[in-house]
Amino acid sequence: MTKSRRKAPRGTRRMPLLRLAHARSGDKGDTANIGLIALRPEYYPVLEREVTAARVTRHFRGIIKGKVERFELANLNALNFLLHGALGGGGTLSLKTDAQGKVFSTALLRMEIAVPRGLDVD
Amino acid sequence: MRTIRIASGQGFWGDWLEAPIRQVRGGPIDYLMMDYLAEVTMSIMQKQRARDPAVGYAKDFVPLMERLLPDLVQRGIRVTSNAGGVNPCACAEEVVERAQGLGLGGKVRVGVVTGDDILDRIGELTARGHRLANLDTGEPLEAVGDRVQSANVYLGAQPVVEALERGAQVVITGRVTDTGLTLAPMMHEFGWAADDWDRVAAGTVAGHINECGAQCTGGNCLVGWEHIPNMADPGYPVVEAREDGSFVVTKHEGTGGRVTVASVTEQLLYEMGDPETYITPDGVADFTTIRLKQDGKNRVLVSDVRGRPATDSLKVSLSYLYGYKAVGTLVYAWPDAYKKAQKADRILRQRLDRLGLDFEEILTEFVGVNATHGRLAGEPDPDLAEVQLRIGVRAQEAAPVRRFTREIAPLILNGPPSVTGFAGGRPKVEEIVAYWPALVPKSEIQAEVDIFEA
Repeated sequence: MTKSRRKAPRGTRRMPLLRLAHARSGDKGDTANIGLIALRPEYYPVLEREVTAARVTRHFRGIIKGKVERFELANLNALNFLLHGALGGGGTLSLKTDAQGKVFSTALLRMEIAVPRGLDVD
Repeated sequence: MRTIRIASGQGFWGDWLEAPIRQVRGGPIDYLMMDYLAEVTMSIMQKQRARDPAVGYAKDFVPLMERLLPDLVQRGIRVTSNAGGVNPCACAEEVVERAQGLGLGGKVRVGVVTGDDILDRIGELTARGHRLANLDTGEPLEAVGDRVQSANVYLGAQPVVEALERGAQVVITGRVTDTGLTLAPMMHEFGWAADDWDRVAAGTVAGHINECGAQCTGGNCLVGWEHIPNMADPGYPVVEAREDGSFVVTKHEGTGGRVTVASVTEQLLYEMGDPETYITPDGVADFTTIRLKQDGKNRVLVSDVRGRPATDSLKVSLSYLYGYKAVGTLVYAWPDAYKKAQKADRILRQRLDRLGLDFEEILTEFVGVNATHGRLAGEPDPDLAEVQLRIGVRAQEAAPVRRFTREIAPLILNGPPSVTGFAGGRPKVEEIVAYWPALVPKSEIQAEVDIFEA
């Protein structure tokens, strides 16, 4: 688990995304996509605020080569991330075990975020 | 409101062989959709056809049809499939022959969709100024010269609709989009206009959910995965489509798996780019308009999908010979499993270096430590039971890759101790056929539909 050295801001506690979201990932060429989905609708605003493209870029530093784009799907309580230069060339070129980006999903769920203390999390 | 039931029987070439049988016999359906094609699949098929003009399609499809045709005829179920690969006519001829062998002569009409294969037209198209530039990198196609192996345009639902209108019970296509195979029955049955953009988008979303088989019915689903029932017998998706464009995703009674808003949402986001602009030959679907609602056990209602007009281009999937690669593995056991594997990696790299072998990339992964999540996995337990060293190389030339495959086994006797897991012998040198996405104007492409009578 990547532990953030930052302390949680007042009124919040830190926890891994795994407790608030599920995810699925896949590939398009050398780009991996990660769909991040709130486990409950009330978690979505927290994901939207905390899981920014900049934070995801930092999270995957050294693992991906390109930039990160984020798209919002509030209708599905979900965010979609595109991680460019993520798959060692992608498709048949890649030497990686995860050449098709299938488990970038759970790699993102390792990220720790600040969650309001009042929010009920299982 | 009238509904039709479109079942997904195959999410890729290599999917569960039992799935289409269970879809046909396990409950009521009107259509069986089977997606066989991926980018790499087309180039494999092209190579097969170059050696033997009678092949180049999804071979599993023919015995499957032989098994299913009596049921399909009896129940009036129609099939849409891109099993034709780069040789849809040969595939259709085989199916017709099997139908006749089953005594179904005169009872089965097979529709064939072609016109997607533009391999022979590349020179003509580029001469007229269509650069077929790489959509990801912008490079012109000349960069790969004469190494192009296959070139197929993604066709949409329209030619499949035409085949259905002409009475085809089984429609066999080349490179028709995965989504078009589910959308076409809706357009055909409900008489949707090609420019009814919201309904076209709705059918496209249904196709996106259907195209990966059980991946929307509990397969590869993270939420509550340990408690998803009876995954030895997962139900594959059935889309209950309605005339107004809304539809329910469900599965047959008594099957395993689970259809929930969560399982469907995961599949909606699979391989997603910009969700507002999901482009297909048939139209542009906006995934940010989709509404999902649990509509009873194992039923999810999908509604409110909005669409926009189709673009005037079609995507082309080209493949070309890139080079060679190989991956070798060894397993190191406790104690100090990870340290031993790391040491073996350093030794191997020194030897490759001394041999003066030139690789584009050498990648080392330690399975059990960091192969899937890299540094995010953190430091491993020093007491790990075992670690697999997995090392891969890639080069444009075959020779250095072949030499690499001879350097793994020696480590068993002349490297770090407690090593095993080499029973497979030397790693295989694999040819790399790479993928080149491009665009071509719609006006250049004419799909063709033929009917073969059994």
